[in-house]
Amino acid sequence: MLCEKCHERPATVHYTEIANGHKSITHLCEVCAGQVQAGEFSFIPQINLPKILASLLSQSPSTQSFVTQTRQEASCPKCGTTESLFTQKGLLGCGDCYRHFEERLGPLMRRIHGSSSHAGKVPERTGGRAKVFKQIREMKENLKQAVAREEFEQAAQLRDEIRQLEQRLSGGENNEH
Amino acid sequence: MSIKETVNSAKSGWMAGGGPEGDILMSSRVRVARNLKGYAFPHLLKLEKAEQVIYAVQLALENQVSKGQTDELEITRMSELSPVERQILVEKHLISPNLLAEYQKKALALRDDEVISIMINEEDHLRIQCLLPGLQLEKAWELVNQIDDTLEHTLDYAFSEDFGYLTACPTNVGTGMRASVMLHLPGLVMVDQVGAVLATISKLGFTVRGLYGEGTEALGNLFQLSNQVTMGHSEEEIINSLNSVTRQILTQERQARKALLHQRKDQLEDKVGRSYGLLKYAHMLSSEEAMRRLSDVRLGVDLQLITGPTSEQLTELMVMTRSSYLMHQRESKLNSMQLDVLRAQTISNKLNQGG
Repeated sequence: MLCEKCHERPATVHYTEIANGHKSITHLCEVCAGQVQAGEFSFIPQINLPKILASLLSQSPSTQSFVTQTRQEASCPKCGTTESLFTQKGLLGCGDCYRHFEERLGPLMRRIHGSSSHAGKVPERTGGRAKVFKQIREMKENLKQAVAREEFEQAAQLRDEIRQLEQRLSGGENNEH
Repeated sequence: MSIKETVNSAKSGWMAGGGPEGDILMSSRVRVARNLKGYAFPHLLKLEKAEQVIYAVQLALENQVSKGQTDELEITRMSELSPVERQILVEKHLISPNLLAEYQKKALALRDDEVISIMINEEDHLRIQCLLPGLQLEKAWELVNQIDDTLEHTLDYAFSEDFGYLTACPTNVGTGMRASVMLHLPGLVMVDQVGAVLATISKLGFTVRGLYGEGTEALGNLFQLSNQVTMGHSEEEIINSLNSVTRQILTQERQARKALLHQRKDQLEDKVGRSYGLLKYAHMLSSEEAMRRLSDVRLGVDLQLITGPTSEQLTELMVMTRSSYLMHQRESKLNSMQLDVLRAQTISNKLNQGG
């Protein structure tokens, strides 16, 4: 028997799949079987990430807007990625997509991560205001702990420092941008 | 060491035994995803733009090396390697299978000891990764964090105040960090508890899968545990909780091993001894059987039921006996029967020479 894929080499790998009570057998040569296993389509049923993302996206409260949008589907002005393209691949096209699809992605990210705001590292050189935000977040956490420990002097000091930072942030906005 | 030498040697930095908790925990890995501002994500990049990204990373690295701020990482374009060589890098866990598709757009930067690597134009422009033996998640994060900082001196990252580091897939956005540990859990598998333990863990925001990512089947009782959530927590928080969950599993595995030694010592010794004998004298071994037997023997060594091979040698054999590596050693295409013979020979040579 020849391989069903290349029709050149003898078939030595026989793959039986039973799906929904339907049995199908594929006869492949070792070379083609290797390629198939390497990723073209996997023998083991894999959960399809784009599909899950798409279903999560369509569960968002703003589903109606999606339906009305389909006629003239919005696309990212930078890279041209559309929502349906995203749900096909599970990948966004560029950094700007996040800003462009922000309304739709926010709920999606809360579903995936339980949160839609970053609480981790901020780039040192280009972090800008995010660096200060992070500092304030950390100080507020310390403030909470200080209050819990009834260390009110330290708490008051932290509160003042937070206020200063927040003022600097609102005042510095014009200079930075 | 050049990338060609890397491909030729089965050993990797992460296999150097003796890492903390090294009897159960084979390796710790931390990777972060970063993208460059102003470029489309890799899957939309044209070849020419993809080359620009590779070049930018290369310059950023050279820039920092010349300042003495980072160790040298050698950049290799995937197109410079043969298909088998690329596959070996996957088997050694240095690159993901994803780096094989559209390989003309992709590159790998690798430190000499293979501890630090950067995949360029995989799903994201940069995937900075650190792989260490044993339980060393904090150390791995520290190293990744350093490289990330030095690169950021030169490169402009796609970053948003709200969403953090922007990644092609929204499952990575935020910290862009995935931390994972590779666990050898024969004890829990043998007492039939592994399912229960792992099901509990997946409820805590962690993912478990078999090694080499082949569905749910865990070849050689090797499991990979990693964080699911990348947003809303800091890198340190994620590392800490992965650390404590891992320690829980370590305790469970140790208890299982102890119980086995106590209640089923004869069966255990029999199993280990049989597998050791098979590995030493079998003429043909499939890759599945080799992994299973190597796992048994490793357990025997960990529990001091047998002496002879070291866990490091056994880990090395687990990589050496993967198909691509064997094929590369022979520099020819082998059919599966020839591979099984060669695999058995490789193992028996290693074990019978006692080192």
